[in-house]
Amino acid sequence: MIRFEHVFKRYPERGEALGNVNFEIQAGEMVFLTGHSGAGKSTMLRLIGLIERPTRGQILVNGRNLATLPRRQIPYYRREVGMIFQDHRLLPDRSVFDNVALPLVVAGVGQKEIGRRVRAALDQVGLLSRERATPVALSGGEQQRVGIARAVVGRPPVLVADEPTGNLDPDLSREIFELFERFHYVGVTLLIATHDLNLVQSMRHRTITLDAGRLVNDTGDW
Amino acid sequence: MATQRTRRRRGPRLLDLPGIWLSQHWQTALETLGRLRETPLPSAMTVAVIGISLALPAALYVMTENLRTMAGGWDQTAAISLFLRFEADDTHAERLSQDLTTWPEVARVHLITREQALEEFRALGGFEEALEQITNNPLPIVLAIYPTPTYAAPDRLELLQNKLLKLPEADFARMDTLWLQRFQAILDLVQSGSLLLGGLLGVGVLLIVGNTIRLEILNRRIEIEISELVGATAAFIRRPFLYAGAWYGLLGGTTAWLLVTLSVLLLQQPVSRLASLYRSEFQLSGLGFAATGITLGASILLGLVGSWIAVNRHLRGAEPQ
Repeated sequence: MIRFEHVFKRYPERGEALGNVNFEIQAGEMVFLTGHSGAGKSTMLRLIGLIERPTRGQILVNGRNLATLPRRQIPYYRREVGMIFQDHRLLPDRSVFDNVALPLVVAGVGQKEIGRRVRAALDQVGLLSRERATPVALSGGEQQRVGIARAVVGRPPVLVADEPTGNLDPDLSREIFELFERFHYVGVTLLIATHDLNLVQSMRHRTITLDAGRLVNDTGDW
Repeated sequence: MATQRTRRRRGPRLLDLPGIWLSQHWQTALETLGRLRETPLPSAMTVAVIGISLALPAALYVMTENLRTMAGGWDQTAAISLFLRFEADDTHAERLSQDLTTWPEVARVHLITREQALEEFRALGGFEEALEQITNNPLPIVLAIYPTPTYAAPDRLELLQNKLLKLPEADFARMDTLWLQRFQAILDLVQSGSLLLGGLLGVGVLLIVGNTIRLEILNRRIEIEISELVGATAAFIRRPFLYAGAWYGLLGGTTAWLLVTLSVLLLQQPVSRLASLYRSEFQLSGLGFAATGITLGASILLGLVGSWIAVNRHLRGAEPQ
């Protein structure tokens, strides 16, 4: 589902962020991506989200080669990859419902279908009662759950999350990770960057470790 | 995984697509209008600037068109007024006018006797006191001469004027249409000038709309970025800004129309009074149907093009760095 082949990423200011990274994630796998800050975790996720392109090497996601993907196809590709961010990236002036609906609105889904699917997604993350609230009225954990609902509302086959629990306490973090596990059980492929090693070890999923832009450890399928 | 994908594909059906596309456009149009209303003061200022910019050339057009109709009314007046010597009496003038109608240059002759002229003079108003001082009528007999169409050109009229002056009864001949033609040439010049002014102000409108949309794009940077991340196409991102430009254009054009129409209504009364002093039925007319259409169409187009320029300069679409 996600395959990296000799991927390099070099920034003019910072130098090499990723060097010769190779790995493959099968469809339906749930994989943790760990490593220190600056090890290249975010860079890797940004490459998968096509927010950036690699300096060298090939990335294949859901059968698409990102290097040869035409510009016009990028929006359609992004609808197949749900992205979750540490800072949630919610629109502060829109309601929870509107935030979650955004991927469906941009994809041209009809009003009735949007209502149905947004409520289903909010139900999955346990926020059905807060659909009219604005994000600022929610706690950090709730905001992240809204971010997750937005990532899954379009039912993408792939979910990538960049430090989704970076600002949350351990209990809330566990809740979020259990939520991810539920998506894993219904067949979604997940790649979750985190440095919460305790949680990673307790959950027993495949873990890839990056250090200074190199892949230093891959536990393989658990 | 397989079930996930098949479920995903159960999106909108092909037959629904045109309807979805239309409703999306309609929704964007309404949303954009709603957004303009959320910031009433800046929006109103932009609309006012566009309105005033477009009202100037439109008002100039209305003015020249009105002057043209007014001048058109004067076409009915004689081409040459022949003032007869004081010695000539009415019977003399009658015979002369009958003579003149046999000339190939002359279509018809209208005789204005001294009494008629005095009567007309009195009716004009403003001269009552002066006329009371006068004991005998100082006005000459006038023959108003209307040329045949083939002799209506200025150079031919001049020949006719010279020919008329050689008549023993002639005292003085005034060409009435020459100044009219000059006047029409001036109108043409003013009209071309207003077109030029319209072009310049149109560029101004482009810049105003472009700048407004640029600020709007900067204000909504985050929203644009997030929409791109969740799969919005470049067209989807652009659409609201293009609609905003079109709305600015439409509202600005309507403002221009209102300004011009209001000015015409305000001037209607004084102009009618002035016209009545000249015993004319002249009525000031506003922007006609066609001119209104052109004003609104041009303003919408300017708004669209202005926002299109801003959007192309400041939105790069979903392109990765």
